[in-house]
Amino acid sequence: MTDTETTLSKDLSAEERTPLLKRLTGANTLWIGLVLLVLVAVFGAIRPDAVFQVTTLQFLLAETSVLLVLAVGMTFVIITSGIDLSVGSVLVFASVTSALAMNELSGGDATNAGWGVIACGLLVAVVSGAVWGLLNGLLVSRAKIPPLIVTLGSFGAAQGAALLLNNGSNVSGIPDRLNRTFGSGTWFGIPNIVIVAAIVTAAGALLLSTTRFGRYTYAVGSNEEAARRVGISVRNHLTKVYLLAGTLAGLAGFMGNAFFRVAVVTGHETDNLNAIAAVVLGGTSIFGGMGSVLGTVFGVFIPAVLEKGLVIIGVREFWQPIAVAIVLVAAVWLDQTRRRARNQR
Amino acid sequence: MTEPLLEARDLTKNYGTVEALRGASFTAYPGEVVSLIGDNGAGKSTLVKCLCGVEQPTGGTVLFDGKPLTLNSPNDARDRGIETVFQDLAVAPDLDPAANMFLGREILKPGLLGRLGVLDKKAMRRQAVEHFTRFGATLQSIDVPIAALSGGQRQSVAVARSVAWASKLVFMDEPTAALGVVQRERVLDVIKRVRDEGIAVVLISHNMPEVLSVSDRVEVLRLGRRVARFKAAETTVEELVGAMTGALSQEDAA
Repeated sequence: MTDTETTLSKDLSAEERTPLLKRLTGANTLWIGLVLLVLVAVFGAIRPDAVFQVTTLQFLLAETSVLLVLAVGMTFVIITSGIDLSVGSVLVFASVTSALAMNELSGGDATNAGWGVIACGLLVAVVSGAVWGLLNGLLVSRAKIPPLIVTLGSFGAAQGAALLLNNGSNVSGIPDRLNRTFGSGTWFGIPNIVIVAAIVTAAGALLLSTTRFGRYTYAVGSNEEAARRVGISVRNHLTKVYLLAGTLAGLAGFMGNAFFRVAVVTGHETDNLNAIAAVVLGGTSIFGGMGSVLGTVFGVFIPAVLEKGLVIIGVREFWQPIAVAIVLVAAVWLDQTRRRARNQR
Repeated sequence: MTEPLLEARDLTKNYGTVEALRGASFTAYPGEVVSLIGDNGAGKSTLVKCLCGVEQPTGGTVLFDGKPLTLNSPNDARDRGIETVFQDLAVAPDLDPAANMFLGREILKPGLLGRLGVLDKKAMRRQAVEHFTRFGATLQSIDVPIAALSGGQRQSVAVARSVAWASKLVFMDEPTAALGVVQRERVLDVIKRVRDEGIAVVLISHNMPEVLSVSDRVEVLRLGRRVARFKAAETTVEELVGAMTGALSQEDAA
């Protein structure tokens, strides 16, 4: 007995935390971050004058902000081994309802509206998104319909509803004040819309990695049955995760209004796929249970940098989707091989 | 003899027209290891599911500490200090051992952060290491996903998790099925240690020598009923097999 005890304590002295560096290199977040860095470096080396210009970077960041907010919500959904195809349509729906509400409150045209109206517009956008998210969540968790089908349904329905609301046309009359502050305004050179996206992203990252909510998100995606047996309410948790994704899509719709000065009803058909691609590129497993918001940030910027960079160095931008496709498929293949190797033990 | 900790009387459980339990009884006393054996389809797993809240029996009564007990969910059982190691382990493979051990019972940081739901990972890791040491689960690393561990280590995490929280009774559904010789010995050792702390252990196993070596008592199920009870010290493998197959019966058999 004493013999086994000594071997035990010896084994456990080695049971300290793996060193930080080793943990980092073991995670594919690091590698995907390096890919992004290499891309920036390569484009920067070819055309340093055009790439490292403040306006180029500002524009790149601002354009990507809306997608980033969508992708943060998508990260949570995919970690539960779900999917949300509806985010782009919910974004359109929220931006239309919010623009219509602001116009309504200002007697038809909100161009000169004040902060009170803008706040109402924000509220309407967020609530619109939340309602779609809640609907998705309830159908997935209570009615047990596969998320792919549920959100394929709301993808069509939200888009259709948005078109119905304004007879299929864009809604103009976005308050100038909103556009000047959050659309084109900057703070020490950083576009304000980017700051908003960064705050959302940081909050999402903390929620996922440090809180019980995040832990349950991983647990549900990793083994739903195990989560249920330890007493986690899987149904409520899934509902909340889809609610979060919908709410963020609503916020993204409002950000789009601020940025484009109009609530556009077209052009968001592939937002869902872009967000999914970003999340998966960022190392989140499509099978659930693994992933990070930081990875998603890298995943959002890789396609964006590729697109901008290829244009700047004079390659036809049609190469961009092809390049993204290759990286995406490679990322999933890598994830699968790692998983298989791990599960064989 | 002391009062039974858990007593099931004439439990029935029907799945549609299938009768999985037909008046099964079962008794567990505090601080003992009691094995529940029976051939495939005898109703062992169903009985355990009914007693740990995963399933609800169709009929019959359960007494816990002498009082009637109704379990509507596994949480009800856990609240009373009843834990279960399931045959299929039920761990989250992507989470590390500490996260699995505290899954559903996370420790939150004190103060405002805790109220926001922020986890105290350091405290959980420390307590998990302490606990794994106490129950002889050797892991090379405390912060790798469970899936990266060997089958035996995964099993010991599952066992350690349930005994960590059990204050009265642990059900173990074939806890040694997937284990090598050394790991198996360790789990049996854990079972004895848990018993010595006054907690009742209900062991389901197909391995008769193992049953006889670790148990204080053995109860035999056959076709959804308890057909025999033995003191482990006074019985043999032949007798157990006889009771399981119906060659020999002591009670209940109509």
